[in-house]
Amino acid sequence: MTRDEIKDVVLEIIQDIDEDGEVENLNADAPLRDQLDLDSMDFLDIVMELRKRYQLQIPEGDYPELASLSSCVNYLEPRLKDV
Amino acid sequence: MPYKSIENAADKYDVVVIGSGLGGLTTANRLANAGHRVLLTEHHHRLGGLATWFKRRGHIFDISLHGFPHGMIKTCRKYWNRAIMDSIVQLNNIVFDNPQFTIRTTFDKVDFTSILTNRFKVARASVDDFFNTVAGMNFYDDRTMTTRELFEQFFPGRSDVHRLLMEPISYANGSNFNDPAITYGIVFSNFMNKGVFTFSGGTDKLIEMMVEELEKNGVTICTNSRAERIVIDQGRVRGVEIDGRFIETACVVSNAGILNTIDDLAGRASFSAEFLEKIKPVQVNNSSCQVYMGIREGERLNDIGDLLFTSTAPAYDVDEMLDMETRSRTFSLYYPKTRPGHDRYTVVASMNARYDDWAGLPEERYQKEKEKMIERSLVDLERYIPDIRQKCDWLEAATPKTFQRYTLHTKGTSFGTKFEGLEVSRSLFNDVKGLFHVGSVGIIMSGWLGAINYGVIVANDADAYLRS
Repeated sequence: MTRDEIKDVVLEIIQDIDEDGEVENLNADAPLRDQLDLDSMDFLDIVMELRKRYQLQIPEGDYPELASLSSCVNYLEPRLKDV
Repeated sequence: MPYKSIENAADKYDVVVIGSGLGGLTTANRLANAGHRVLLTEHHHRLGGLATWFKRRGHIFDISLHGFPHGMIKTCRKYWNRAIMDSIVQLNNIVFDNPQFTIRTTFDKVDFTSILTNRFKVARASVDDFFNTVAGMNFYDDRTMTTRELFEQFFPGRSDVHRLLMEPISYANGSNFNDPAITYGIVFSNFMNKGVFTFSGGTDKLIEMMVEELEKNGVTICTNSRAERIVIDQGRVRGVEIDGRFIETACVVSNAGILNTIDDLAGRASFSAEFLEKIKPVQVNNSSCQVYMGIREGERLNDIGDLLFTSTAPAYDVDEMLDMETRSRTFSLYYPKTRPGHDRYTVVASMNARYDDWAGLPEERYQKEKEKMIERSLVDLERYIPDIRQKCDWLEAATPKTFQRYTLHTKGTSFGTKFEGLEVSRSLFNDVKGLFHVGSVGIIMSGWLGAINYGVIVANDADAYLRS
């Protein structure tokens, strides 16, 4: 997957979790938590959804990598390159 | 419809969930949603664990539907469905009445701030500081500070403020001044943020809607099916023996108590010496007593509040609250709005209690103590509903023995374990591959919201294992 495709997937997953959140105008480098109504359970949902879709295992120690949209894409890019 | 025995289950599943408390139900639902074949077994004829109800002469009594936090709305939408979320309604009228203060509150941060500053004359800065401090607490933070020390830091010497802040939480999860401040902070900032909510339609309706969703997602449900043993071989789960039948599976999520899971279902021999050392400090929480009062058909009650925290004890006192003759109890009032269309009123008095006080009583004395407890609850309630005795046509009491009988929990605990239980619950699968636990542990994973959210966390662990 390309960086743009990964970004779209992450946004789609987030939109399912936070239906009222405005994901279009996110600051990619700022923490998602500060811009949307997300809590630690929501990040768990993202992890579980990525595992379901791409069999991707994200260890608990790596959860902080999902903090912002850019860090998500950076983290996922090498892991989803063959998808 | 759930099967009423294990007979109809298949021979093999991806996951077997033992126990159908809100944690077990949620884990089952999440794992089915993720595409796994799930069997859910329950020893009782009814699903829900402590999220349960019973019927007597046209009355429906809810056991643990006292009020849950705002977070349930989002949690139900994400992990159950929209119809369940849409049935959640706010309880606006929470009452405290004790020798130190009598107040009415909507139980949210704004109202609490106003009460603390105007009524209790606490400086606004201290109140804000306190709220900010508890909101910033995480379960992995330092836990050497006790709740008592936390209160003394922000509200020194103010036993009235301590009572206001502690009493509802003691009823909600059995914790007290001696438990870690972080457990208090995490629960309190969830609870007192945006008010108290309930489920319109009652517990029976909620469980019915959850069963519908589980079946839609393909979960096989068997009630009256008691798991006797988790079969473990060479450090891995192989299956479960349920009423004499062996069901093959590589993954078990136990929604039994954590100590029941280790001692009764898996057996201590399945664990390493190191792990067994870790479970030594795990203490189960206290249990409860309840008195159920059914109001005669056609009678009405005035609105005296939805949830009343009452006590005639001079101050908050851990031992007093656990005593058989405690003067501290909550009254949960169920008006017809609880079950629209079912035009009835019930009242449930809840008290904290110690299993050991009740378990050893000879039968005659046990019955007598139950009657005395009913009488004390009526005397207390007469202060708010003077003619309660004339209006009641059903009175019944439950004790820690009752809780033990229906949940099978060690010492009838109604709130799982103290803090140490969380780590043990979460690390079970490091010792036995494929074995997970979900249920009330660690104080913070307690209550309806805690149990459901923990169900999601454990489903994620189990899903990771199943896909590895």
